[in-house]
Amino acid sequence: MNRRLLGFLLFAVLLALLPLAFSNPYYQSIFIFIGINAIVALGLNLLMGYAGQISLGHAAFHAMGAYGSAILTTTYHLNPWLAVAASLVMAVIIAYVMGIPTLKLSGHYLAIATLGFGMIVHIVLVQWVSMTGGTSGITSIPPLSLGSFRFDTDIRFYYLVWACCLLLMVISTNIVNSRMGRSLRAIHSSEAAASTCGVNVPRLKLGVFVLSAAYASLAGSLYAHYVTFISPEARFGFPFSIQAVVMVVLGGLGNIWGSLLGSGVVTALGELLRPMGDYDVAAFGLILMLAIVFLPQGVAGGLARLSLRRRTPAPPSAPSPQEVPHG
Amino acid sequence: MSDWALSLQFFCTGLTIGSIYALIALGFTIIYNASGIVNFAQGGFVMLGALLAVSLSLAGVPLPACVVLSALLVTITGCALERAFIRPLAGRPVITPIIVTIGASILLEGLAMLIWGKDALPLNPLPGPPVLTVASAIVPFQSVWVLGVSVLLMVGLRLFFDRTLIGRAMRANAANRQGALLVGINPGRVVLLSFALSAGLGALAGALIAPITLASYDMGTMLGLKGFSAAILGGLGSSPGAILGGLLLGLLESFAAGFISSGYKDAVAFVVLLLVLFVRPAGLLGWRKAGV
Amino acid sequence: MSGRTLSVAGMLAAVLGLLLTGSSLLAAPEPYVVGAVFDITGPASPLGTPERDTARLVEEMVNRTGGINGHPLRLVIYDNGSEETKCVMAFKKLIEKDEVLAIVGPSQSGTTLAVVNIVEAAQVPLVSCAASIKIVSPVKKWVFKTPQNDNFAVQKLIEYFRTHRIKRIAFINVANAFGTSGLEQAQKLFPGYGMSIIATESFGPTDTDMTAQLTRIRAANPDAVVCWGTNPGPALVTRNMRQLGMTQPLFMSHGVANRKFIELAGDAADGVIFPAGRLLVVDAIPKTDPRYRVLARYSKLFQTKYGREADTFGGHAWDALHLVVAALKAVGPDRAKMRDYIEKTRGFVGTAGIFNFSPQDHNGLSKDAFVMVKISNGRWELMK
Repeated sequence: MNRRLLGFLLFAVLLALLPLAFSNPYYQSIFIFIGINAIVALGLNLLMGYAGQISLGHAAFHAMGAYGSAILTTTYHLNPWLAVAASLVMAVIIAYVMGIPTLKLSGHYLAIATLGFGMIVHIVLVQWVSMTGGTSGITSIPPLSLGSFRFDTDIRFYYLVWACCLLLMVISTNIVNSRMGRSLRAIHSSEAAASTCGVNVPRLKLGVFVLSAAYASLAGSLYAHYVTFISPEARFGFPFSIQAVVMVVLGGLGNIWGSLLGSGVVTALGELLRPMGDYDVAAFGLILMLAIVFLPQGVAGGLARLSLRRRTPAPPSAPSPQEVPHG
Repeated sequence: MSDWALSLQFFCTGLTIGSIYALIALGFTIIYNASGIVNFAQGGFVMLGALLAVSLSLAGVPLPACVVLSALLVTITGCALERAFIRPLAGRPVITPIIVTIGASILLEGLAMLIWGKDALPLNPLPGPPVLTVASAIVPFQSVWVLGVSVLLMVGLRLFFDRTLIGRAMRANAANRQGALLVGINPGRVVLLSFALSAGLGALAGALIAPITLASYDMGTMLGLKGFSAAILGGLGSSPGAILGGLLLGLLESFAAGFISSGYKDAVAFVVLLLVLFVRPAGLLGWRKAGV
Repeated sequence: MSGRTLSVAGMLAAVLGLLLTGSSLLAAPEPYVVGAVFDITGPASPLGTPERDTARLVEEMVNRTGGINGHPLRLVIYDNGSEETKCVMAFKKLIEKDEVLAIVGPSQSGTTLAVVNIVEAAQVPLVSCAASIKIVSPVKKWVFKTPQNDNFAVQKLIEYFRTHRIKRIAFINVANAFGTSGLEQAQKLFPGYGMSIIATESFGPTDTDMTAQLTRIRAANPDAVVCWGTNPGPALVTRNMRQLGMTQPLFMSHGVANRKFIELAGDAADGVIFPAGRLLVVDAIPKTDPRYRVLARYSKLFQTKYGREADTFGGHAWDALHLVVAALKAVGPDRAKMRDYIEKTRGFVGTAGIFNFSPQDHNGLSKDAFVMVKISNGRWELMK
């Protein structure tokens, strides 16, 4: 417990000092996006890494946070913090309603159901012009502020985002190491066995699904108040859902720090590949494939293997029933 | 124009779109049957097939040969993909091949963009009249070809899986891996063959639909998604289900665009998909247990 | 030689060398750095790619003729992948890291709107290559655009409809910012001239068949059909219309003012009418027209360098970059002065038309920037 706390404290200090080393707002904005993406990845990791479920439609909840914040602050002039909270509540409710029938499925069926859900939300964003502005999007979203202190510069928003991220990391770690976390991992290994041990499987799966939606929604609100313009583009559709999954898997399923790493790698990769011009798409695909094949536990796992000391307990290594058949 | 006349056209259009989805859905079904993997790069195979056919056609190769040749070339690509990236994944959680095949689809898209550029490219249709008129409705004749080939393939695949040794070996592998190993079936070859078959089918689909939809480097994603939905609708694991699912999805889309709203037509298709998944996940003709 | 002579010679050589090096360092004029962000990959790549190519062409041209007042022009071009998030990052990189004097682009309305606040806050002049009127209305101090506003395109169509007494129109558009903007303008402007939109349909950017939508349009029996979008959707609409045997005249937006549309639509393209910049029919422009020289020059240079026809999208980048270069030439590397200069520019002959900027008009064009073009036998004909 102490080692973990120390780890977080050190990380917090590192985060606090980083903008002083990287005073250029360009770099700060990259870190901001890494932070926002990390929040999504953290939530999704709880769902995928610990509970063993799949979601290919998480961009939908991200969109709910972003659009909720945007609409409530621009059309209804609600206080931005209230808007963030309200959007969160809305995302949670929708996740709950959607989750009940969806989580009865598993494997590819669950994947396609979440995918379908994500696509439906995206289409609604495009078509419901009176509410969402359609493809023209919503502009002039007000920034978040505390009294007269506005989070409208990169450095201020950096601290806001990473404060949230750090908080959520602590929360996630607590969940994972609690009884709920152990139950989640039991579900991952075998739902039947977990059920026999008294774990309320459906309720727990729903709970973690809703929680991951809340994370994504919060990240979406933060995004909206940072960029101050949103539209139903790639970020709120299938490509971002995939990006989120890639971040989680690449970082390391079931590893909290992995979510951060995965978010960092994927976000930074986009920037690093930029000078490659037309080659960047192919390069991204190739890197992704190579990484998955050669880094089975993700980047975090790869790093853990390199380091001498054992870190937090590894995710369940018992073969899950949804394994790829040998052959 | 009476509602009946409108409906007839929507029906014909639905068959046109549906035949495209059906052919793509078949590709998903085959790989899934053989290996339990959902190949997200299937759309990429379709795209490659379409673009290769365009290049071959521009090089002067007669159209039917373009279709066959591009299918062959993409088959080789599919085998290469399987050997290089799928084979090493044995024993990994099911999310891994999903990510790898997604990566493959991104890679294929990136390569296609470099080779063929970013614009859409036209392809001449196979011989025949431009349209087939059914009362007051029209069907582009190319989609008759697409539908015809789909049905032919379905029959052919049925025969392959029922009558030939290799086909039966593949089915055995899908039904019970340990048992198949015990009787000497090489699972590695089965998976390889399934990828080869699906890649070829995908490319065939691409080459056949390109005259209707135009070929472009980014056509794979949406088509792959819809094809996958069609496969689920019909029942993942059933070849007739793939065809049925594809046609049904096409009809749903067309009628939704016609009678509800062209903007929301895709949403309608996905809503129906979700309903099917919630009520009967095995799909219409699926024989696999739900969610397994 | 004696040791002393040698050392004196050595010292002289050293001093001479230092002088020469020092003077060459002092004399080397530092480059003017201008940024550009285009939608080079992703769905808007048919817009971004010719824009990028044209920008490079202009950079070469300028440097070949001695630069801007002796200073070489250095263009830093980034791709935003047609995505707004990436566009934001690209802009921040240009402003904070590359410290550019001005930025040209992006190609799309969505990506432009995402970065307006950034350039306003950083006070960097931006000359966008995107079409939507929302970019300059309401006017933002630092934001300009070179493509003709889409409302002008609609007005041009209205002119034609009036002359030919077309009143009942069916409108089908791509479900993206460009397409819906066209629809909005049409809905706003048509009623004032007695025209009405009796049917509206839309299709997704990656849809492959529009027969269902067109069947509904056919049932409404319009006088004409207007399709608003960029390739490849409109090409499919054209083909589907002919397949359905619809005989109404088909009008398009300036989004199809390129060779690609004709390639994709094939024979079906014959008879399609649309508003376009004069670049398409440059040979039909009277040579005495000041626009002719610019158009012919751009057309020839692009064709020579890239072996492809120049198109209107590339032309927007030509206009934008030339505006920036002209400002640099006149007032030097000062962002605020450049902005003021651009805002005061009048009579600037570009590929899209003759620009007259003002504090209330950051686009500077009028509907005169468009001509009506008809496709006949795979070629563009200027309609009088």
